[in-house]
Amino acid sequence: MSENTGTMPYISFLHAESKHKGIFKWILSTDHKRIGIMYMMGMLGFLLVGITFGFLMKLEMLTPGKTLMDAQTYNALFTLHGVIMIFLFIIPGLSAVFGNFMLPIQIGARDVAFPRLNLLSWWLYVIGGILAISSLFLQGGPIDTGWTFYVPYSLRTGTNVSLPLFAAFILGFSSILTGINFVTTVHRLRAPGMDFFKMPLFVWAVYSTAWIQVIATPVIGITIILVIVERIFSLGIFDPALGGDPLLFQHLFWIYSHPAVYIMILPAMGAVSEIIPTFAKRTIFGYKAIAYSSLAIAFIGYFVWAHHMFTSGISDTSRFIFSLLTFLVAIPSGVKVFNWVATLYKGSITPGVPLLFVMMFIFLFSIGGLTGLVLGSLATDVHLTDTYFVVAHFHYVMFGGTVMIFFASLHYWLPKMFGRMYNEKVARWSVGLIFVGFNMLYFTMFILGYEGQPRRYWDYLPQFQTLHVISTVGSWILISGILLMIGNLHRGMKRGPLAGNNPWGGKTLEWTIPSPPPVHNFDEIPVITHGPYNYGDEEVK
Amino acid sequence: MFGQATKYAESVDSVMLLIVGISVFFLLGVTAAMIYFVIRYNKKRNPKASQIEGNTKLEIAWIVIPTALVLVMFYYGYAVFHESRVVPKGAMTVKVIARMWAWEFDYNNGKKSGELYIPVNRAIKLELNSMDVNHSLYIPAFRIKEDVIYGRENYMVIQPDKIGTYVIACAEYCGLNHSHMYSKLHVLSKKDFEKWISDN
Repeated sequence: MSENTGTMPYISFLHAESKHKGIFKWILSTDHKRIGIMYMMGMLGFLLVGITFGFLMKLEMLTPGKTLMDAQTYNALFTLHGVIMIFLFIIPGLSAVFGNFMLPIQIGARDVAFPRLNLLSWWLYVIGGILAISSLFLQGGPIDTGWTFYVPYSLRTGTNVSLPLFAAFILGFSSILTGINFVTTVHRLRAPGMDFFKMPLFVWAVYSTAWIQVIATPVIGITIILVIVERIFSLGIFDPALGGDPLLFQHLFWIYSHPAVYIMILPAMGAVSEIIPTFAKRTIFGYKAIAYSSLAIAFIGYFVWAHHMFTSGISDTSRFIFSLLTFLVAIPSGVKVFNWVATLYKGSITPGVPLLFVMMFIFLFSIGGLTGLVLGSLATDVHLTDTYFVVAHFHYVMFGGTVMIFFASLHYWLPKMFGRMYNEKVARWSVGLIFVGFNMLYFTMFILGYEGQPRRYWDYLPQFQTLHVISTVGSWILISGILLMIGNLHRGMKRGPLAGNNPWGGKTLEWTIPSPPPVHNFDEIPVITHGPYNYGDEEVK
Repeated sequence: MFGQATKYAESVDSVMLLIVGISVFFLLGVTAAMIYFVIRYNKKRNPKASQIEGNTKLEIAWIVIPTALVLVMFYYGYAVFHESRVVPKGAMTVKVIARMWAWEFDYNNGKKSGELYIPVNRAIKLELNSMDVNHSLYIPAFRIKEDVIYGRENYMVIQPDKIGTYVIACAEYCGLNHSHMYSKLHVLSKKDFEKWISDN
């Protein structure tokens, strides 16, 4: 592949012409790289909206009683914060952005298996987003059910429930189609010689995720349709007043929404398995253990949903079984963490910004995972469920886990995507601010929860105020760190110094092609003869 | 802070302590190892990385040991929780009615109250009924809650052993005034309770 050393002139995907003009060159493009970047733009936009809502909620929590908004507004805000962050940001997540951009390149393919279906997925994402946002401005006011849409409240409230639910239904299709596309791509388009155990671990993770997307997402689609139908025609599926069963809804909802947690986290775990070897200049420790643990998480993750319902009145036998299975799903995550840390052992480590984010991730995600054990245990869960403890737990897992690695990946792959580098010093400052702000904001919530502060409370008892204030100040520090980071990345993308093909000395295939990549990625499809992290080979030569 | 009011609450706290203890040990171990490796095997100190592909014994160790530990956690969590599900003989029954956004407690003799009054040292079975949407009866000092769901009757057992007044909160989101759906639990001496219940 000597023609790909970057000195040869070529047309990058960013500047490629097509039969379309202007913005249509992008929004009608079937290039997986452009689609990845379009997802990134959309998701960063929704992230900023979600952050704004979170910021306002924390402001309201500064004092007991009314600080700046009434209860109805607060209830709508936490619902919208959840709906936007979950359905429009973190579920498409790393798969939609970096899966789209990097997966085909990492397996030596020129695009995904179904490029037009891929564009359709993005359009469904956009349509879902527009529907969700437009529901805010309709008569009746924004949805106030919480992102879990529990019946019977979601059947009774006069706010706009059906439209945002329908938006989530459409977003579900986007997710299913992306899943089908990635599964097919991995099975059909690997470069010659790349068997499954020569695939980068990010590919393994996105592949496992794609299966969950295909298998689990239809369940939420059905559930959503049932709620909408129930709201319109009062059939009596969920509403006890009509002979329905509200717990049926909770089961259906969590049969999707628990596996969805792994849709959110698995690709992030895959990216961690890329970044650590690159910055430690050594092969990953326990490749197969990490690969199989992704599959194990994807599989066991289907059978733990009722741990969200330990106090709902399900039978004591099911509480026993689901608690046991919940403890078991912790094991493969633990295996990953141990292997990542072991990969640093006897490496030759450069602590670049992506690695700093990964270290922060390991710390925060471990806290999230270990507090998951507290919530998996029946005695403690009964006390802590539906309190701030749960809010802290899932922000440590989702934000401290997935989103930190989303940030890490932005730094890690920015030079590949745009051919330019961010400012290292500013990036380190943003890492520091994010770390301090994050822990102030969310660690206080563990304590609040244990003291008995229920979640989704507009008002609170005066004795909780000190912790709420610390938490709110933390949100300001966290947000300034994130804004600094986004500004730095944006500046780097536009005006940063040229990065070259392989600024980190990475070994996976994306680092063998120019930055930004040419339209068809590879002039010649590479032939694979070794594993993805062969850092030892140079010494052999 | 973290005030406990019953023996059951102490048991829950001991499960918490067990899990948090093991967790802190692992968290500090993982974090310390990570930071140590990044410093010790920095590129300047260690210019050439060793290509270690894995170690089967280690993999087995860090599957088997955590599995054993989580099974212990699971067992204690279940054993303690199980206590809270057994209705002791001679338990007094109080019917709980939840509606947006207030609690009502109905006693066998027909007395109704907006706050829950119970005698100390006697098991109480609360039968939980909702009139509209989902609620959840939560007594933080007792470390216990159970959802109150329209169309089904859940139950919850409490065994107060200290006289005092405790907070009751609604823990399942139920709309506009969810955060004001508080009530109080008054644990009275047997004598005071007899007086209260017969006083109409």
